[in-house]
Amino acid sequence: MEKVKITIDGIEMEVPKTYTILDAAREAGIDIPTLCHLKDINEIGACRMCIVEVEGARGFATSCVMPVAEGMVVRTNTPAIRDARKVTLELLLSAHDKKCLTCVRNKNCELQTLAEKMNIDELEFEGEMERHPIDDMCPSIVRDPNKCILCKRCVAMCKKVQKVGAIDTMNRGFKSVVGTAFDKSLDDVPCSLCGQCINVCPTGALSEKDATKEVWKALEDPTKHVVVQTAPAVRAAIGEEFGMPIGTLATGKMVAGLKRIGFDKVFDTNTGADLTIMEEGTEVIERIKENKNLPIITSCSPGWVRFAESSYPDLLNHLSSAKSPHQMFGAIIKSYYAEKAGIDPKDIFVVSVMPCVAKKAESKREEMNVNGLRDVDAVLTTREAARMMKQAGIDLNTIEDAEFDNPMGEATGAAVIFGTTGGVMEAALRTVSEILTGKELEKIDFEEVRGEEGLKEATIKIGDMDVKVAVAHGLANATKVMDSIKAGTCDYHFVEVMACPGGCVNGGGQPIHDAKTRATVDIRGLRAKALYDADKNLPIRKSHENPVIKKLYEEFLGEPGSEKAHELLHTHYHKREYFND
Amino acid sequence: MKTINEINEIREKTLSEISLRKDINYKGNEKHILVCGGTGCTSSHSDKIISKMNAIIEEKNIENVRVIRTGCFGLCAKGPIIIIRPEDTFYAMAQEEDVEEIFEKHILNGEIVERLLCKDIDGNTVKRLDELNFYKKQKRVVLKNCGMIDPENIDEYIAFDGYKALEKVLTSMTPDDVVNEVKASGLRGRGGAGFPTGLKWEFTKKAVGDQKYVACNADEGDPGAFMDRSVLEGDPHALVEAMAIAAYAVGATKGYVYVRAEYPIAVRRLQRAIDQAREYGLLGKGIFGTEFEFDLEIRLGAGAFVCGEETALMESVEGHRGEPRPRPPFPANKGLFGKPTLLNNVETYANITQIILNGAEWFGSIGTEKSKGTKVFAVGGNINNVGLVEVPMGTTLREIIFDIGGGIPGGREFKAAQTGGPSGGCIPAEHLDTPIDYESLSAIGSMMGSGGLIVMDDTKCMVNIAKFFLDFTVDESCGKCPPCRIGTKRMNEILDRLTNGQGKEGDIEKLEELAKNIKRSSLCGLGQTAPNPVLSTLKYFRDEYEAHIKEKRCPSGECKAMTTVTIDKDKCKGCSLCAKNCPVNAISGELKSPFSIDPDKCIKCGVCIAKCPFKAISRK
Repeated sequence: MEKVKITIDGIEMEVPKTYTILDAAREAGIDIPTLCHLKDINEIGACRMCIVEVEGARGFATSCVMPVAEGMVVRTNTPAIRDARKVTLELLLSAHDKKCLTCVRNKNCELQTLAEKMNIDELEFEGEMERHPIDDMCPSIVRDPNKCILCKRCVAMCKKVQKVGAIDTMNRGFKSVVGTAFDKSLDDVPCSLCGQCINVCPTGALSEKDATKEVWKALEDPTKHVVVQTAPAVRAAIGEEFGMPIGTLATGKMVAGLKRIGFDKVFDTNTGADLTIMEEGTEVIERIKENKNLPIITSCSPGWVRFAESSYPDLLNHLSSAKSPHQMFGAIIKSYYAEKAGIDPKDIFVVSVMPCVAKKAESKREEMNVNGLRDVDAVLTTREAARMMKQAGIDLNTIEDAEFDNPMGEATGAAVIFGTTGGVMEAALRTVSEILTGKELEKIDFEEVRGEEGLKEATIKIGDMDVKVAVAHGLANATKVMDSIKAGTCDYHFVEVMACPGGCVNGGGQPIHDAKTRATVDIRGLRAKALYDADKNLPIRKSHENPVIKKLYEEFLGEPGSEKAHELLHTHYHKREYFND
Repeated sequence: MKTINEINEIREKTLSEISLRKDINYKGNEKHILVCGGTGCTSSHSDKIISKMNAIIEEKNIENVRVIRTGCFGLCAKGPIIIIRPEDTFYAMAQEEDVEEIFEKHILNGEIVERLLCKDIDGNTVKRLDELNFYKKQKRVVLKNCGMIDPENIDEYIAFDGYKALEKVLTSMTPDDVVNEVKASGLRGRGGAGFPTGLKWEFTKKAVGDQKYVACNADEGDPGAFMDRSVLEGDPHALVEAMAIAAYAVGATKGYVYVRAEYPIAVRRLQRAIDQAREYGLLGKGIFGTEFEFDLEIRLGAGAFVCGEETALMESVEGHRGEPRPRPPFPANKGLFGKPTLLNNVETYANITQIILNGAEWFGSIGTEKSKGTKVFAVGGNINNVGLVEVPMGTTLREIIFDIGGGIPGGREFKAAQTGGPSGGCIPAEHLDTPIDYESLSAIGSMMGSGGLIVMDDTKCMVNIAKFFLDFTVDESCGKCPPCRIGTKRMNEILDRLTNGQGKEGDIEKLEELAKNIKRSSLCGLGQTAPNPVLSTLKYFRDEYEAHIKEKRCPSGECKAMTTVTIDKDKCKGCSLCAKNCPVNAISGELKSPFSIDPDKCIKCGVCIAKCPFKAISRK
């Protein structure tokens, strides 16, 4: 790659010609403050924090978008630059609802961090603030525009990465606000509720709808048997909330933390995932055999399901009717487990700890019930679970590992990789292959469906059959698949879709990292690696070999796809219409 | 599609029909009545005058008389304007009711209607347009066809050398020749910043791209500015032709004109011009039988000032929210739809055909060393001859305001002139002899801008003027970057305090601190220049700011919050007229005794001052 020589703050360096000044500065270890910049996603030069001086240039340069050039001499730390950044930051603070102490992002806020770094000791330019109503009508996401600094990272995420475009900037000038069409709640617009907007928000303007209070309440209720289940991706990220390196697998500590909080049972959603593979795998086999509604598309990701219901209502018959793992598992807890444990299902309160905010809305879907009881009573994000632990004085760094409770604590390696893109596909392929061929797989790692590529395609040989599969993550890639299905230009048999880029490891409920970390660390890659490592180290790596699952079918469900299984473990979808009132 | 020969035939034929408009020695028996159809005169009902005239012509079956709806003549203060050619009689402020008399006396009997003639500022009645002082120091290059032709008739444009420059370029010049000619002319961007036009053309020409665009910025947004509107209304083909030339020069095949939707007449005439040009094959494929292909499309802006900023304009054309994007990349390399794009302002383009036809040398002979050619100004405010003027660069402000503009009405004193709109600054009397060119105006804290020129007399409070412009900027900030979005708001809050008599020590310093940082930190030109009205008034009228803060006094008396209205007991006769007219019942007293005003109730509206027959009430 062609390189250029530049000097930043006296440091001479050679960098690729494609670099921005910000890229080069970061490589040189120089910290230029940013707020609006999100590498490759939001490069709009709006926030004016990253301005630098370039010798010979008129005015300040915007380092996040200004390309380097041969011989460029850059200064990032001059009195004029410090002064200008400070005034801009003070102006932002003057229009920001500074309720830091009670803010969900207290101590994890890029604005707050900058205020500290820039030594803001008084606010010289206080004045009027625009006041906007808070949108907390949506079961997944809360929007507080009064904390918004208009960096538009959420807008770019929603529009460019997810191609959803549920939010955008409204009004102009001082009255500008990020909002929805007709100022409706996020629940009433075609938002997928994936929550990626939350993960890129530098402040507390976007957050999950809190469920900690209702979970505490259930825990305090002596009549309730409170069961918690944790999704695979949670264990690969929750340690980050306690300062552990990104990619730390903290399964045992997470279980121990949840036990100490006071949950009566800590189960593994992975068991539900194995169950999902049995049900969905059976459906895959049936549909391929009958050549019916192909391709069949996974339905574990509620953000994806809601997106499909909003944008592709005509193709809903392609979605697998299997409920997502935690919903299946909730239904089993309130039926099979209740029976086994001799507890009235009415007294069971099921909490799911999920890397996801869309799961909150999913759990409230009318269809998600068993005999009139909710499958799942409350959904906590990874962040909320960590918050509850902190509230209970628990530090995962110092706690001793613990194991999931039985009888529902056994899960396979196939289930653990559900948490990353390609994982559901791989888990399904392991089971479907062996069931169809009746032979043990020689190699159970399906490398061709792993990795970061947005849309992966592969042809898998199962017996004499060529099974064509595709794996899409991020809704922009989902759109590509759906459009090709609609146009009839693809011949896939089986497609996995995850709403979030990278899958659940990068879900909207996962620990939030600042833009610089996002730009410089492969967060989702490291978390995914933790899950693949876990898979490798587990004794059982195929869902159909899970003894708990085998027993469950023997004792309770009968066959996969049985009537009982359908009643408890399957669901249906409906077209979503908006703006009709 | 017309060939070169066919266009030439049209030119000759039409010229023979309309040459009397330029030929004062014309001896024929035809008359052309030119009625201004610009926005100003149209809003004073010039359209009714035209209808009435046509009705009379039809009714009385008058031959050899044609009524032509033209573009702007410039002297908007005297509109609606009627010019009768060939004798060049100039009737000012005529109305529908006057039409019969004009026909009865002038058209049918050759007798001038004296009462409708225009009175110059010096009191002399003028019979002919060119006798007016208003026109004496003007030079019409850009506006040469405005007020001369029917802008909706392509043949009339062709008659006065229209599409000759395009023919010349396509048949005898290479694209490089064209770029070099424009470079050599020294033409600089008339949108305000003054970037050398030829260089821009060269950059776009050299840029690599499978598709290139030319675009025109007709999103004229400065308060009180109407230069571009007048060109579009009066001579739309000049833009169409110039954009085709530019497209040939830079290698574009498609053009966009971004016009604000608030210019309905301009939009209509431009669309008609485009349609006619297409019909004649002057737009489309194989223009003049050459390989050259070019077409043009209008995009309407919805009234956001920021869309006049080039990158925001392109966002808007592309269908996005009108917000500036960072530069680089510059439009020449990555403009509309990510392709190399040449973007010039209307007035810049309007010079092109003249440069091609008369040569760079001719153009360079007009103006000053660094600022060549002419500049069109929309002159408004406290000035007698409100209107549109075109002067050679280097003309002084004094000449524009006093010789052309006729000075300040009501015998008031000149206080300041504002150029450059919300991005510009206020120029005090001491700089009246500054020659108008890009560098000189910058040096005194203002800027050329697009051509708005607002004159203020001594009743104007300069703090309030600064607030007026800041109000505008706060409203028109797109909101993308914090310095402009929040900074201008904070500055405006301080100015609001000052003009309400609540200024605090330190406010001036805060204004300066904010201004400095908004200028250097903002993303686009709008933010970077937004503090200029404050900075320039602080520079020249700092004492007024200080009086507002320290003495809670507005020296000009314009800031009502700081004035009190009082009745002079010695002059008041106790007639009660003031009390009867006071909208808030703040005045009381007994008949035939002096009245008094309750300061707590008084809203300082000034109605009593106007009503008092004895001049007993005043504002202090």
